[in-house]
Amino acid sequence: MAIIKAKNLGYEYFRRDKEGAVEGIVKALDDINLNIKQGDFVAILGHNGSGKSTLAKHMNAILYPSEGTIWVDGKDTQDAGNMWDIRQTTGMVFQNPDNQIIGTVVEEDVGFGPENMGVETKEIWERVKESLKIVGMYSYRKNAPSKLSGGQKQRVAIAGVVAMHPKCIVLDEPTAMLDPVGRREVIRAVRALNDVENITVILITHYMEEVIYANKVYVMDRGNIVMEGTPREVFSHVEELAKIRLSVPQATKLAYELKKAGVPLPDGILSAEEFTEALCRLL
Amino acid sequence: MLRDITLGQYYQTESVLHRLDPRVKLMGTLVFLISLFLFQNFTGYIVATLFLVSMIALSRVPVSFMFKGLKAVIILLMITVLINLFATPGETVVSFWKLTITKEGIYTALFMMFRLIYLIIGSSIMTLTTTPGNLTDGMEKALSPLSHIRVPVHEIAMMMSIALSFIPILLDETDKIMKAQMARGADFESGNIFRRVKNMVPLLVPLFISAFRRANDLALAMEARCYRGGSGRTKMKPLKYHLRDLAGYVILAVYLAAIIVVPRVVDKIFVQ
Repeated sequence: MAIIKAKNLGYEYFRRDKEGAVEGIVKALDDINLNIKQGDFVAILGHNGSGKSTLAKHMNAILYPSEGTIWVDGKDTQDAGNMWDIRQTTGMVFQNPDNQIIGTVVEEDVGFGPENMGVETKEIWERVKESLKIVGMYSYRKNAPSKLSGGQKQRVAIAGVVAMHPKCIVLDEPTAMLDPVGRREVIRAVRALNDVENITVILITHYMEEVIYANKVYVMDRGNIVMEGTPREVFSHVEELAKIRLSVPQATKLAYELKKAGVPLPDGILSAEEFTEALCRLL
Repeated sequence: MLRDITLGQYYQTESVLHRLDPRVKLMGTLVFLISLFLFQNFTGYIVATLFLVSMIALSRVPVSFMFKGLKAVIILLMITVLINLFATPGETVVSFWKLTITKEGIYTALFMMFRLIYLIIGSSIMTLTTTPGNLTDGMEKALSPLSHIRVPVHEIAMMMSIALSFIPILLDETDKIMKAQMARGADFESGNIFRRVKNMVPLLVPLFISAFRRANDLALAMEARCYRGGSGRTKMKPLKYHLRDLAGYVILAVYLAAIIVVPRVVDKIFVQ
């Protein structure tokens, strides 16, 4: 069953000059069609201004389409009565870890969502414990968030969403402000959500290395979906990706260049290990 | 320098005061603050000091931590002391130029100084032993009857707790901007007071802009997590009175009675 389905989705906003008069209309999203199944790990790739964050905000009823429709778990987001149900179904994690932590102690922050939903006190505690364990932050439950590292804060934010028991989590560039260590921690937590808890994950990013774990990739450019498929399929189009200012992982790039020079390597190599293996087979 | 402000900063440790219901602590702070203005003589100070010292001991927070909070108000403290020292009429002790120090002036200045120090330490004890979340919960619950006359109690409590949790973030940010501006040649340390205030502009403008941006992001994150005001919300840590809280109220009542009665009784004995 489709957890998120979009049909001819469009979103436009007015660009205004300094006096507030309308200068022009910007189409942030144009005729988007999506079909994301429960349990999928989907990555949405795109350069700055490609409309990927705008699309993410449609999945949580923060923005509403100006054209077409988007259904979350079968519910139309434009129906005002569905808003809170939708926000419960798809949780959202944002880019800046500091600006989404509400509590002054880790466990209080994780409990914020369930509190808003009116969950019983005893169950809140169970949910907090369980979600902090999933992201590996249980031993920090009594700490102040301001004392944690960026990657740890982002994992707390993820736990805060997991505690709401969503079917789907949308992560809007969760690693953009983190160092490589933090980035790895967050991606590991996200993969655990998908593998162990079977939560649908929609990861929005421009780091290619994070995309290889997804089972479906959408590539966006100027409000359109220009490519879709498995990471292997998408990364075999090295030149088309370069045209929209996206670079492929290093191993893929090297394999591609070697192939162009006449080395018979398979298409769409994703990691260094895979690359070495393919190379060894040739020898 | 910015790190010295302990007001609104929680100190993590295990103690009776930490476990006490925030409503008791709020009441206690209020009673203590009021009690400081209920007496005029030395005996009252002994009672108040005894109470304060035992609270500090009970809280298990290092004393040095409490005095850190005083640094921030030292100028205010000095001004108060000086004004009282010179402006109180009475029996002259020393006099030079147009200024006279009177015996009454010395007494009032000293009393005033201790009163202010006690005030700040007293409220620091509350904020050091109570998490901001817990504190606002207590306030929300204690003031909840006001919501019947349309006072947005929950919203005020939420605003306060967010403000408190953003203090460390904004302090870090101030530090960062300050360093960035200093690297570009900004000078925050020299010149007279007007010059210094003027030099603060390149610090305050980016700080305000970033604070607004943060507020916007936070509002979005809260909405995404289904926040829709106080109604229909459950509590992760609902407030319930325990036996120790009752004991706390009793101790408060005894203290209040003591501070009213003891100085008067002592006075009478000495007068006779």
